[in-house]
Amino acid sequence: MAADDRTTSSAHLAIGSGSRLSRIGVRATLLFGVLVSLFPFYWLVVLASGTTQDIYRYPPKLLPGPHLLDNMGRVLDTVDFFGSLFNTVVVAVLGTVLVLFFDSLAAFAFAKYEFPAKKFLFGMLLVTYMIPAQLSLVPQFVTMAEFGWAGSLKALIIPSAANAFGIFWMRQYAQNSLPDELLDAGRIDGAGFFRLYWTVAVPLFRPALAFLGIFTFIGLWNDYIWPLVVMIDPDRVTLQVALANLNVLYNTDYSLVMAGALMSVIPLILVFLIGARHFLRDLAAGAMKM
Amino acid sequence: MATVLDPAGAPAADERPPARRTKSTTPGGRRRHLPPLLAISPFYVLFAVFGAFPIVFSVYLSFQDWDGIGDMRFVGLQQYGWLLRDSVFWHSVLNTFEIWFLSTVPMLFLALVLAFLLHSQVRFTGAYRVAYFIPNVTSMVAMTVVFGSVFAQAGLANAVLRAIGVDGIGWLSSEWGIKSSVSLMIIWRWVGYNALIFLAGLQAIPTEHFEAARVDGANSRQTLFRVVLPQLRPVVLFAAVTSTINGLQIFTESQVLFQSTDTGTTGGPGQEGMTIVLYLWQKAFKEHQFGYGAAMGWVLFAIIAIFTIINWRLVSGSDDDRRPGLAGLLRRKGARDGR
Repeated sequence: MAADDRTTSSAHLAIGSGSRLSRIGVRATLLFGVLVSLFPFYWLVVLASGTTQDIYRYPPKLLPGPHLLDNMGRVLDTVDFFGSLFNTVVVAVLGTVLVLFFDSLAAFAFAKYEFPAKKFLFGMLLVTYMIPAQLSLVPQFVTMAEFGWAGSLKALIIPSAANAFGIFWMRQYAQNSLPDELLDAGRIDGAGFFRLYWTVAVPLFRPALAFLGIFTFIGLWNDYIWPLVVMIDPDRVTLQVALANLNVLYNTDYSLVMAGALMSVIPLILVFLIGARHFLRDLAAGAMKM
Repeated sequence: MATVLDPAGAPAADERPPARRTKSTTPGGRRRHLPPLLAISPFYVLFAVFGAFPIVFSVYLSFQDWDGIGDMRFVGLQQYGWLLRDSVFWHSVLNTFEIWFLSTVPMLFLALVLAFLLHSQVRFTGAYRVAYFIPNVTSMVAMTVVFGSVFAQAGLANAVLRAIGVDGIGWLSSEWGIKSSVSLMIIWRWVGYNALIFLAGLQAIPTEHFEAARVDGANSRQTLFRVVLPQLRPVVLFAAVTSTINGLQIFTESQVLFQSTDTGTTGGPGQEGMTIVLYLWQKAFKEHQFGYGAAMGWVLFAIIAIFTIINWRLVSGSDDDRRPGLAGLLRRKGARDGR
């Protein structure tokens, strides 16, 4: 494989002395990577807009067909698409709002206030990070069943309403972007903790909140194993579970399943594309400081 | 998913002077602690109820035989004994490691190559980033459905192979076909993500280091191995550890690919796609063996812990000053998938 040579030559380029030929090679490779990244989405559109017979045709049809709307209509007839879309939107939106509120509130306290056992509490927060979610899958389900929350959207929203990652990340941001002078000025005007949080901290947190919001929203939207386990009523599931069910029950009807998959992917791609600039910049900025 | 986030690059809490000292000795001072304590309490309450309690409870549960409805029966360590003699479990462990290895090694290598290429590129970097990151944010269920059709016997992958005169492969029916398909899906999903992390690491290397290397007469290979890669080590460590943690928890790809109405899921032909988490899910939630599922959760936890430590040692090498502290490692482990 020639990739090893490429690594070396690109490091060469990185220090600013690449030839014209290797520049073309770099662009071609990067473009090929983009094609590989995006091809499954294109193929999803092709499959979702054709007929199921098209899929078994050889050579395969490589261009989209005219049946996209028919197939989407059949999805709506087959499963309660809007019902599960609604569930997913409720979970993702409410969950994100709660995470943003609780995480930023806690981060504000950790960054700007002293209180007893602060170091211990923050250390504990970090330790909770280490626990893989699958460890508590079974007992968490039993807990939900005991609460009577199994099958309810509460089970998807409440347990993840505040998380260590968001608090940690917002605290880092708060320490550097929230000047003490501003808080002192607020105190002189007689503002208490919560007033300072809401009127001084939150407006300044906005860029960090935007990133955490998109990050949390995408995570909640895509979560699969937990909704699969806890949403025990087959008529009341999230989009991911509904799509998996559609795939099992109608796996001979490819174009139907693909139309469902396409419909479940579109809203999220839109959210990502709208927020991508901020999202990727913060992701990269974070890594750079390591 | 995990991510690298340290936007401010702030020093650890203990190195930092307190922002504002309140006098906790006076009664009025003590009451001032109430608002910040209230502010942080939601996390601790939620963690106690939905995090800590279930974990303690799962220790208890792993000593019981319980179908989730009837009475619990105390069986002590027997669940663990059964687990150690369960050939399907060991098969799922082996499968998980094979898939993890098949996906992580090429993925990190390709990500490194892509990061170097992106670093040397000045135009369209924003567009490249978006394009490379999109696989990571889309629903795994939907994309697994798509890949399932690509890897089907009469699917696109085999059509391409036949077009170039190669016999089709049983992507979803043969042992290595199954493992390769799942690994390819993981690679597709995570390559761009890791490339962006590596790219950020590359961009953080001061240009003076390259100039110094050039002045000393280093060629590009020497620059790569002596200047670039050593400085990238913390970033590579992060990627290796998170890829291991994610890799040992593979579930969705196998579950969606091989689920069927009559058998639940078996991980595909020969159970070659059966992973640890898939087996845990099947035992606990399809066969209602909650004690067994809880025991398996602990074994998985132990495996992840061991491999995280090994991974950490391997990538960070022997010089201790390079090794990031526990807090540093922790703060780099994101929690998108975690609850």
